[in-house]
Amino acid sequence: MNAWRQPGFWFSFLLIFLGGLVVLVLRQDTLRENAFTILMFIGLASSLNILMGYTGYVNFGHIVFFGLGGYFGFFLVSEMGWPVYLAALGGGVLSAIIALIIGAAVLRLRGAYFALATIGVNEAARAFVSNFEPFGGSTGLFVNFSAYDRYGGAAHALWFTFILLWLVVLAVVVVSYLVKRSRFGLGLSAIREDEDTAMVMGVNAPRDKTKAFLISAFFPGLIGTLYFFKNGNVEPDDAFRFQMSLEILVMVMLGGKGLLLGPIIGTFAYERLRGYLIISPIFKNLHLALSGGILLLIVLFVPGGAVGWLRDRLPKLRRWLE
Amino acid sequence: MILQVKEVSIRFGGLQALSDVSFELSPGEIMGLIGPNGAGKTTLFNVINGVYPPTSGEVVFRDEKITGLPSYEVARRGLARAHQVVRPLNDLTVRENVMVGACFGRERHSRGAAAAVAEQALAQVGLRDRAEQMAGNLNVAQKKRLELARALAAHPYLLLLDEVLAGLNPSEITEMVETGRRIRDEGITILMIEHVMQAVMSVSDRIIVLDYGQLIAGGKPEEVASNPQVIEAYLGDPEMTAKLMAE
Repeated sequence: MNAWRQPGFWFSFLLIFLGGLVVLVLRQDTLRENAFTILMFIGLASSLNILMGYTGYVNFGHIVFFGLGGYFGFFLVSEMGWPVYLAALGGGVLSAIIALIIGAAVLRLRGAYFALATIGVNEAARAFVSNFEPFGGSTGLFVNFSAYDRYGGAAHALWFTFILLWLVVLAVVVVSYLVKRSRFGLGLSAIREDEDTAMVMGVNAPRDKTKAFLISAFFPGLIGTLYFFKNGNVEPDDAFRFQMSLEILVMVMLGGKGLLLGPIIGTFAYERLRGYLIISPIFKNLHLALSGGILLLIVLFVPGGAVGWLRDRLPKLRRWLE
Repeated sequence: MILQVKEVSIRFGGLQALSDVSFELSPGEIMGLIGPNGAGKTTLFNVINGVYPPTSGEVVFRDEKITGLPSYEVARRGLARAHQVVRPLNDLTVRENVMVGACFGRERHSRGAAAAVAEQALAQVGLRDRAEQMAGNLNVAQKKRLELARALAAHPYLLLLDEVLAGLNPSEITEMVETGRRIRDEGITILMIEHVMQAVMSVSDRIIVLDYGQLIAGGKPEEVASNPQVIEAYLGDPEMTAKLMAE
């Protein structure tokens, strides 16, 4: 299959593969924690990109899948005693099922109405979980320390979780690429550009956009489980941070929506920027305001994001900037 | 019969857009659909290809009732359409636009095969050297060709052309009419809405005329042109009447 000869795919894939490898070789705890955060956001932003970049449906509630899937996966680890990798899969599957249910209701809406509905979903999910006793209500759940014994102690468990996340993010990149290169992906682009025309041309839009939503929701469930397992606890305010939904969106836009490399570069750039802003005395309380400002500027002046902008300027590099 | 439209009516609130429209189309035919602005021509297309379900009546395509099917199901059965208002998928290349037609039309090609089909369709309409360009950057005449190429790439049995000649200059019209004939020679049946009378009169085997949502005449181009009811329908537009009379 000559699809595998695309340098653009390998560039994105190897960036993450080698980045993770370096962290594993150096074995420093701080580096691992930083890399964990970046990988997590790359995974979240890339999965959001499948719905937002490919299909054109702006989702302000992507973090719902991270929260609900993560909660469920964590529940499977801490209350049911599942190993973390199976629990993470469980979290992903739950997220996908929830996407199927939410999608049936909100994917009928288009444009701004869809975006508004997704904000509502986030708040509803938080309210639900805060009052759901099996998930510990508003105090959340804690993992029993003995759960780490299975992996040879807490320190090993953290490294193990990191490796799992690394693999999940590589999977997100591979899946994103396969979707983009497939007939299904072409149909999604058609839906993004003009849904009615796409349907007249034979694209089964209701089915295909639901599929895109499902794929986009599956990965945050996996990532959420790993994140909360690493933290050792989960609570509603941590799981359903609307602010995180916004930040993921900015990452996608900053790097370039609809591109494989876009969310990856966007995450790196945003994380660097946020790191700087949070420790700077002037901006530390303003970093969200600045994110909003960045988003506004991108939407107005560089709708293709950083990678999209480069692609337009340097046609020779296009093959690499998929 | 490749297409049978049986007593189709559609009502939007207080507006009766089509009332009891019936006609048949045999394979290999080019049929012109004419009528004054607002007569319901585009609405009729929308009913045929499933954008709107009719209020009553039915549409039969290749012996299968397709009334009420969503438009993507209709497209899959081999009915393609070029829009009046061009609707290119702007952020895709010209080739990708045409590939969408090949991938999701009647033959449902894989993406690899679709590229080859697209190449052929682009050659048919003379857009091959623009394949890599973004569709949004084409000019109007090129966009019209793209609409046609996209519809052709689906390898349809029946092609609905909605004013593909509007906005083109005379030499472009001549080229487009030639393309139309070639398409028919490949065995594709065509139903076309057209305002450029000379073109529609010369290319059509039969013509039907719609006025205020009703079919008021049908037959060979010369019969239709001399039909008093048709002339009357166009009288609001003296220039058009003169053109019709001159044929």
